[in-house]
Amino acid sequence: MFGVGDRVRARVMNPAGHTRLPAYLRGRPGRIEHVLGTLPFPDQRAAGVVSAAQTAYTVRFAAHDVWGADGEPRDSICADLFESYLEACE
Amino acid sequence: MSHGHVHETSAGTSNRVKSLIAALEAANVLTEAQLDGAVESFLTHAQPANGARLVARAWTDAAFRRRLLADGNAAAAELGIDLAHWAPVKLRVVANEPGRHNVIVCTLCSCYPLALLGPSPSWYKSDAYRSRAVRDPRGILAEFGTHLGDDVEITVWDSTAEVRYLVLPQRPAGTQAASEQQLQALVTRNGMIGTALV
Repeated sequence: MFGVGDRVRARVMNPAGHTRLPAYLRGRPGRIEHVLGTLPFPDQRAAGVVSAAQTAYTVRFAAHDVWGADGEPRDSICADLFESYLEACE
Repeated sequence: MSHGHVHETSAGTSNRVKSLIAALEAANVLTEAQLDGAVESFLTHAQPANGARLVARAWTDAAFRRRLLADGNAAAAELGIDLAHWAPVKLRVVANEPGRHNVIVCTLCSCYPLALLGPSPSWYKSDAYRSRAVRDPRGILAEFGTHLGDDVEITVWDSTAEVRYLVLPQRPAGTQAASEQQLQALVTRNGMIGTALV
């Protein structure tokens, strides 16, 4: 479980099945903006596991952490990501 | 032209939808009349006027604005709008402020606050918008005629789960005397997506 303000990193992954972790965020560091509570976990539901659910978070990524020097210094991207997409980040 | 993936034509999509409907009818899951009724009901109830009602109320009622930003579903329900009617979604309303601008996108598909804005415009579902909104939001906004200063922070909200986003635009200057109904008429769909100012 993560809390608001925690530093996290989107995992680097490339699953064979469905996922809702956008490729452009994989491996990028961000910060927990909001805890959304438990939501249906799409990766498992797509595989037919109807009851699958997981905690989801809104995670804010600084544009320069996603796009390097090409990201505007003041801009950011928020995405809603599931617990298993994230790892703690120092 | 070969760049590694297939662009589906609208004719191809249309044929797949027809096949799907035929299969559902054959399996007695739905009838054509039920489907027509559902589409008509959707088009009647899911309209940008719903979003405009939320925005105009938030502009005129500070307590409602606080409730809308804290719990979008509950605040919409106060105005008789059932966000979860079409799909079990949570509404998060994000407010533009001086120096802060918000834009919504769904990079993975085309998630959109249907109940508040109606069917999404074709550009919202285009590969170009979906890929560029997160990479170059200022460039996209400029193409919509929206030029923000370098001092403005932009947050792009990528709708990757069951949350649907709506932008609460800033109330235009010089509208102090306007009624709530007059304010509703000023609110645009693109203003609530964040590609335009109001």
